[in-house]
Amino acid sequence: MRIETRKVLDKSFSALGVISIGLMIAFLVLILGPIVWKGSQAFIFSGTIEHRKLMFDHWDRGDKTQLNAELDVVEKVRKPVFEIFEAYELEVKGMPRKERGKRKKELKALKKLVEELVGPFPGERQPVLFRQRYGQTRWDRVQVKLDKILLKESWDYSDPDKGGIKVFKPRSEGFERTRMAELFSYIESNVEQMMRPKWTFYYQFITDSSLDSHIFGGIWPEFLGTLYLSIGAMIFAVPMGIFAAIYFCEYAKQGVVISFLRICISTLAGVPSIVFGLFGLAFFINTIQVSDSKSVLAGSLTLSLLVLPTIIRASEEAIQAVPSSYKEAALALGAGRWWTIVTIILPAALPGILTGIVICLGRAAGETAPIIFTAAVSVGKALKLDEVFTQPTPALPWNIYNLCTEHEAVDEIRHVQFGMVLALIMLVLVLNVGAIIIRAKVSKNLKV
Amino acid sequence: MNSKFSNNSQMNESDMNVHLKTIDFSIFYGDFEAVKKVNCDIYKKRVTAIIGPSGCGKSTLLRAMNRMNDLIPSCHVTGEINLDDVNLYNPKVDVVKVRKRIGMVFQKPNVFPKSIFDNVAYGPRLDGIRKKGDLEAIVEKSLKQAALWDEVKERLHKNAIGLSGGQQQRLCIARALAVKPEILLMDEPTSALDPKSTAKIENLIKELQDDYTIVIVTHNMQQAARISHLTAFMYEGVMVEYDDTQKIFTNPEKKETEDYITGRFG
Repeated sequence: MRIETRKVLDKSFSALGVISIGLMIAFLVLILGPIVWKGSQAFIFSGTIEHRKLMFDHWDRGDKTQLNAELDVVEKVRKPVFEIFEAYELEVKGMPRKERGKRKKELKALKKLVEELVGPFPGERQPVLFRQRYGQTRWDRVQVKLDKILLKESWDYSDPDKGGIKVFKPRSEGFERTRMAELFSYIESNVEQMMRPKWTFYYQFITDSSLDSHIFGGIWPEFLGTLYLSIGAMIFAVPMGIFAAIYFCEYAKQGVVISFLRICISTLAGVPSIVFGLFGLAFFINTIQVSDSKSVLAGSLTLSLLVLPTIIRASEEAIQAVPSSYKEAALALGAGRWWTIVTIILPAALPGILTGIVICLGRAAGETAPIIFTAAVSVGKALKLDEVFTQPTPALPWNIYNLCTEHEAVDEIRHVQFGMVLALIMLVLVLNVGAIIIRAKVSKNLKV
Repeated sequence: MNSKFSNNSQMNESDMNVHLKTIDFSIFYGDFEAVKKVNCDIYKKRVTAIIGPSGCGKSTLLRAMNRMNDLIPSCHVTGEINLDDVNLYNPKVDVVKVRKRIGMVFQKPNVFPKSIFDNVAYGPRLDGIRKKGDLEAIVEKSLKQAALWDEVKERLHKNAIGLSGGQQQRLCIARALAVKPEILLMDEPTSALDPKSTAKIENLIKELQDDYTIVIVTHNMQQAARISHLTAFMYEGVMVEYDDTQKIFTNPEKKETEDYITGRFG
């Protein structure tokens, strides 16, 4: 080949490499950017007085006197709203019967909207649903609710070709020349004083339990559940995987049987995770009954089966990568096979084995399908350590899906959904970084 | 070939007891016969060199002497190697005990990725010696025997990987000595080293010859001439000639030996 051609080929190959790495980084930013941005809004947001009240009521956070002072101010600003409602109710009572029914319905709807914004009206019974006991805790949600109060959604069917078109009309149009008319402008201009938004760093989002299925509070049950499940999976899978790898590499007679077993393990690694889930349900719960129903234990066992092939392969490769001269040296000194493995081969293979474990830990933490069948529930409290043998748990991957699709107020808890995603990514990242540090420390002593 | 000693041998007859004796010893890799019916006696507290061209089976023979060939699944042997009249390949013999009596130093220095101290203490610890004082004494003695003590005494607990190649090889020797073997097998111990380190190892071998039986495989004929009492020449799996080093290098009986030594092939 001529030297020019070679140079051109060389350059185009390195250009291809640079382009693909650039693309990869671009996609990474494209994927992670929004997740981090939106997820961080679960932790850092403009919180209203309702948020601070909730925090104080439930977790005794914040300064009582300061909160009460704030509440006094808020009460003063909100008072005209309640007065307007009272006056309007009286007004409605005096209306002709025909109009009264329609007005009452309107009033009820409007009251509900305002209650969603600021919480229950003073002097009324405490609502049964927890979510109705407080107004909006987040300033971004306040804006949404405010829009709902100010604008009424209706459908315009005037053009028969286009079908219905959504139009927004000011709600105040329906209340012209009534006592209610002033409400809308009052709320619009005083909403900030009514809610008192303040930038909040809600770092307890991770460690708070959820209140009323994630309408308020944090994600601790899910976070802890994921920790339990992934660590539990490792407790089963790591010893099994390492021992299997040792057997394959050091003890087994390399032959047809072992080759066949290796193929089986590779196949197992490619089995869809939903199949593992079904197997876990059928075997661990229904057949050998490790627990009466879904439990963390059953989920961990299922996950451990899922990651076992990867751990075996990674450990095998790590063990095979240990120079055979180490083994020879140990044997020549009179070490037995087992002693050689424990004192020489495993320490030298440790970085590689650790890498495999970390990859599997991340996979176990993020896997959804196996735990749907065996461990995950949508709503639950954080488990104590002795409950993991019998109780199911909520877990991040399953609840991310669940909160995005099945929750009754999907739009209200966007921040929780993204917060969970961010927490899951961060969990895996922290585990990875931890393992990288351990690996670096271990392999520093092993450099050949 | 049994050894025959010329009259001008400088060896003392009383020292001439046989330590390791191979009887019709053959090694097979599958069907291939790598070593063919070797009969040779290794004498106590003598340095025996095995020379020969690449692939002649000299390393294979050496490794068979402490049963390192066991690691190769396709390898099997016929004949006997007797250590004090006990066949090493007798199924009743514990291979671990054999390897404790017959130490080995390999071609490439293969120190463990552990501290210098732990490297030397590896063997004694296997024997169940746990007391720090005992271990320290053994480590110091072994390192002194290997002429490495002065160079590493300040950094016994540093990683052995940081040593130079020559130091690593002497550490390997110290590690082998710490097990207190009777015989030391050396498989081209200086082939990966520079001349200065080689000289140090050769001096070391000269010092060790008073206490140990040493068998050394080498490519370097000058080295064999410098350090060994006896030399065996192997060619294509056959031990062609085994005699006093002086005789082999000055007046060999076989033509192949002469050809090899004078550099006509190999």
